Amino acid sequence: MSTRTIQGQKNLQNINQASKDGIGGSPLRPDGNLKVKGEFAYSSDMWHEDMLWGMALRSPHPRANILSVDISEALKVPGVYAVLTHEDIPGSKYYGLEIQDQPALAIDKVRYHGEAIALVAADHPETARRAVKKIKVEYEVLTPIVTEEQCLDPETHGYVHEPHEYKSHGYGNICHEQKLVSGLGVTDEVRALADVIVSGDYEVGMQDQAFLGPESGLAVPAEDGGIDLYIATQWLHVDRQQMAPVLDLPEEKVRLTLAGVGGAFGGREDLSMQIHACLLAQHTGKPVKIVYSRDESFFGHVHRHPAKMHYEHGATRDGKLVFADCRIVLDGGAYASASPAVVGNAASLGHGPYVIPNVKMHAIALYSNNPSCGAMRGFGAVQAAFGYETQMDRLAAALGMDPVELRQLNAMAEGDFMPTGQQIDSPAPVAELLQRVKDMPLPPPLDTEHLDVRQIPGALSNTSHGEGIVRGVGYSVGIKNVGFSEGFDDYSTARVRLEVIGGEPVAMVHTAMAEVGQGGVTVHAQIARTELGVEQVTIHPANTEVGSAGSTSASRQTYMTGGAVKLAAEAVKRALIEKGRRRYGWTHHDITLVGGKVVSESAGPLVSMVDLLGDEAIDLTREHHHRPTVPFDKETGQGFGHVQYTFCANRAVVDVDVELGLVKVVELTAVQDVGKALNPLSVVGQIQGGCTQALGLAVMEEIIVRDGKVRNASFTDYLIPTILDTPPIPVEILELPDPHAPYGLRGVGEAPTVSATPSIVAAIRNATGLALNRIPVRPEHLTTERPGEL
Amino acid sequence: MEFLRPATWDEALAAKAEYPTALPISGGTDVMVEMNFDVHRPSAILDLNRITELTEWTNDGSVVRLGASVPYARIIDELSGPLPGLALAAHTVGSPQIRNRGGVGGNLGGASPAGDAHPALLAAGRDVFVEAASVRGTRMIPIDEFYVGVKRNSLAADELIRAVHIPVADGPQQFSKIGTRNAMVIAVCAFGFALHPKNGTVGTGIGSAAPTPRRAVEAEEYLQGVLAERGLWESGDLLGAEVIQKFGELVKAAASPIDDVRGTADYRRHSLAVMARRTLTWCWNDYSKQIRSAA
Amino acid sequence: MRVTFTANGKPVEADDVWEGESLLYVLRERVGLPGSKNACEQGECGSCTVYLDGVPVCSCLVAAGQVQDREVRTVEGLTDENGELGLVQQAFIDAGAVQCGFCTPGLLVQTDALLESDAQPSDNDIREALSGNLCRCTGYEKIMDAVRLASARKCAGKAESE
Repeated sequence: MSTRTIQGQKNLQNINQASKDGIGGSPLRPDGNLKVKGEFAYSSDMWHEDMLWGMALRSPHPRANILSVDISEALKVPGVYAVLTHEDIPGSKYYGLEIQDQPALAIDKVRYHGEAIALVAADHPETARRAVKKIKVEYEVLTPIVTEEQCLDPETHGYVHEPHEYKSHGYGNICHEQKLVSGLGVTDEVRALADVIVSGDYEVGMQDQAFLGPESGLAVPAEDGGIDLYIATQWLHVDRQQMAPVLDLPEEKVRLTLAGVGGAFGGREDLSMQIHACLLAQHTGKPVKIVYSRDESFFGHVHRHPAKMHYEHGATRDGKLVFADCRIVLDGGAYASASPAVVGNAASLGHGPYVIPNVKMHAIALYSNNPSCGAMRGFGAVQAAFGYETQMDRLAAALGMDPVELRQLNAMAEGDFMPTGQQIDSPAPVAELLQRVKDMPLPPPLDTEHLDVRQIPGALSNTSHGEGIVRGVGYSVGIKNVGFSEGFDDYSTARVRLEVIGGEPVAMVHTAMAEVGQGGVTVHAQIARTELGVEQVTIHPANTEVGSAGSTSASRQTYMTGGAVKLAAEAVKRALIEKGRRRYGWTHHDITLVGGKVVSESAGPLVSMVDLLGDEAIDLTREHHHRPTVPFDKETGQGFGHVQYTFCANRAVVDVDVELGLVKVVELTAVQDVGKALNPLSVVGQIQGGCTQALGLAVMEEIIVRDGKVRNASFTDYLIPTILDTPPIPVEILELPDPHAPYGLRGVGEAPTVSATPSIVAAIRNATGLALNRIPVRPEHLTTERPGEL
Repeated sequence: MEFLRPATWDEALAAKAEYPTALPISGGTDVMVEMNFDVHRPSAILDLNRITELTEWTNDGSVVRLGASVPYARIIDELSGPLPGLALAAHTVGSPQIRNRGGVGGNLGGASPAGDAHPALLAAGRDVFVEAASVRGTRMIPIDEFYVGVKRNSLAADELIRAVHIPVADGPQQFSKIGTRNAMVIAVCAFGFALHPKNGTVGTGIGSAAPTPRRAVEAEEYLQGVLAERGLWESGDLLGAEVIQKFGELVKAAASPIDDVRGTADYRRHSLAVMARRTLTWCWNDYSKQIRSAA
Repeated sequence: MRVTFTANGKPVEADDVWEGESLLYVLRERVGLPGSKNACEQGECGSCTVYLDGVPVCSCLVAAGQVQDREVRTVEGLTDENGELGLVQQAFIDAGAVQCGFCTPGLLVQTDALLESDAQPSDNDIREALSGNLCRCTGYEKIMDAVRLASARKCAGKAESE
């Protein structure tokens, strides 16, 4: 079998880069060169001689029984090689990230709009499209279960999954639930301790990851009966773990190689086309490529859970928080995906980065006939932050206090306890972050004398020449956990090889980490340079030949796989020094590797690494496990559940055209503690990108679902921020080391996405005086809502 | 599906006569979206790119004859003097890349109520004509008779749009569009406004707030009446808040919008009134300045 | 149908092209130029931006048959004959403007076109010129830096050669 992937050769081979920069520097991305030349092969660029195109038939109904599927006409289309339904699946028919509740192809019923029912493989995408349209499905359309009220009353409205099918601990249409009680809980007696009580109901719309590279990959059947899949994903090994049983193959015969990933943001944590392409490849014996169109992408991955939240906060007259009572309802949609983890985060982080003596929390994820929701940057914490930060502003207003001072007065710090009972045992500079963001200079006021419409709301749409524009400023701070929580052994594996190539010592780093754009490959090379004292580092393509690296999510990769690279490199270093001791009888205790040499800090250079290594390679693999956590108690929410916490504070400055309800964010400032910035350029890039996704959620991004049907599955109507919507984003970084983490680092990617949205909405409130209890804020909210009680 | 590539206008007309269901394509910015998303599978695609005259415009001093395929980017660069309203509208179309390809002919052919050119064309006056041609001959369709339904126009099956005839502006013109993003956005609603001092009329155009682009006839008549009765064309004096307010209300009343994913009907009405007031104010301020500086 | 055109200065030919196919598909799947990216295929992201007869356009919205005998220049054509990076390409790497990189090819072509027409654009000009190119990773700040850097280098280069 030829494996001539004409497109994909370059980054499916090792990428080598020379640099002097170890950790703390900002070397350029090793894959940057290929990326700017257009030669970096993304999963949609994979190409194979004789390959077929795969495509799925998807349900137009959110809830229906499938009475029959007739594929006969589709099979007759010239150029069609296979048409498959669930009956053609050789192994297990279900898969899932945490709960195996999702059929690889619908079985007798569909539970959401867009659920895949059948697959076609054909010689051209257009042939496949024509064939898909010829598959005849007879549906018995049922009323979808879509609202919280409907979901919570299954006696009347029915079950999304029949209770006897439940594979989770759910009940009714509740997929997952977490309660939490700390202090005295929230009772009438506790309420009586508060001088001021504010409450509110908040709603968060369904956000999409909207990564630019569509779901795609190439499945190539192998001679040993196994399959090779070139894929864009966040976690190769968990993909394989879910795929192998469905394909009825042992895991070692399902080999995955990471192709270029065009962004992820949580949306690639679940499977999309992986099983489908492999099923078609198994069936036809030919390589099969699937590339989602943009509309299919909206149906093909999970989204951010929409949320409805009720918050009640009590405080003393001088602003000290007394209690928080919170209920968070997340719509998980048809299948579980990462709902349990999202619920866990919402429940354990939903009170925010504040010390609150008495907390009651109830978080649930529903099963419904809406699109499935799962991981997206900041999962669980993003929704809650909109609730608790709005509450802080409201409380400040009720108390007549400055909103930043109120937050600082209640800010948690190292040594404080989370409502889960977990003590914060590393820096938590919440008050300082707020102070720094407040102290940063404000942008100049709008220059109405020399107005450039591109700078004001509406921009080139020419809606204002200065009329109606009011400026507002808002602040917020947020908390996010890093790494997988609640007892999950979230390890990463790294292999480091040191050898002489071309007369120079070269380190090769091999992991299964999914580089999705975050720059993990850059950091791995920096770590290898720092630990091994070499300049030349080669990044091996990520694949399943090495152990799992865990997921590129939860802000965990630098901590976890970076930590694994550090461990493996340290092991290689020790082995090399040991080799020297054996050969030369060194007795120094201060030996290290610097500039390609083995060096004693007291005695100076001992030998060059080239001479010491000779023809031998040192090749070692290590696993990095973070410190253990435990599951939260189901009723009380108590437990050492999280590995690490991360905090970001923001200030947003907005101009609002209050007559038209149009918003332009003028500046979005971020201050974040990152423990140690392994690559400052990348860290700032992560924070700015995270802030921008938060901006999208604040003012424009929402998948609009009506009666279970997605109404805007396109980039025409699902809008993400353009460069004209995105303001300057000044970033200040604090580096307060976490003693439990490699190099003291703290996960970076998610915190700004958690914290920035509320600051923007607060700024809009500041400009308009409106309550704005729902995000995204749409123009009609600003022109029709009555002034709120701020 | 066939792909037809006429080299001349006559060949294009002959092809359209032979394949009346052929879909003309020029910039492709609408047609190709429908192709890529499997919305449309015409019997044939009729490519007009080889017919260079469609990308040319002429100005005889009173009327601009704008080739159907002159891209928006060139309208902005080359015609913002004689066609200021259309140039402002062109600047809100899609993205720079789209503006490099798309032209007014495509907007008219698609006849979407959200097409950005329509409000500007309507506001440019009643003497705007779509030059439609077929092997049977050429006819000039008044813009007011062009839009006949949602995404439907008055072209016959064998006709192609060759050009649009637009009077050269003799007064200030403005265009405003609401989008839920600050660039690259389809209109939630849009409004075009023009003063035509030579014949003492005003022009309006409403986009994305009715089944077709339409003018706000009562608003035009009201304002024309006020301007004439009070001698404001001559004096250039202030209109006064009441007139501006009333004009906005009449524009709002002329719309019949719906709720959809891009916005609510109420919001569309509200924002039309605001845009009407603002564009009128901007135009009148400019006009007043001209009068005063001439005096 | 058969389509022949010039891509990055070289004649190319594609056979059995379906009449509804886009230039983007032909580039990516038929003539071995996958650098232009397929993010939305509706002209709403700019990832597929190429020069068509010197004008930047969304290649997803150009019908394949429309490029017959015409000249196309893609991101692959921004590199010189020796494989040396163009000025804009280098600036994007140096400024940290590349994360996942899926938007990068389109941004590079659009930026190249911007700086060809105006070597020293204002920030507002840059934002307007790039407003049709979505990026989901960077928040655009490093992209602004990259364009400013490319502009500065281009102006410095001009000054030197004068």
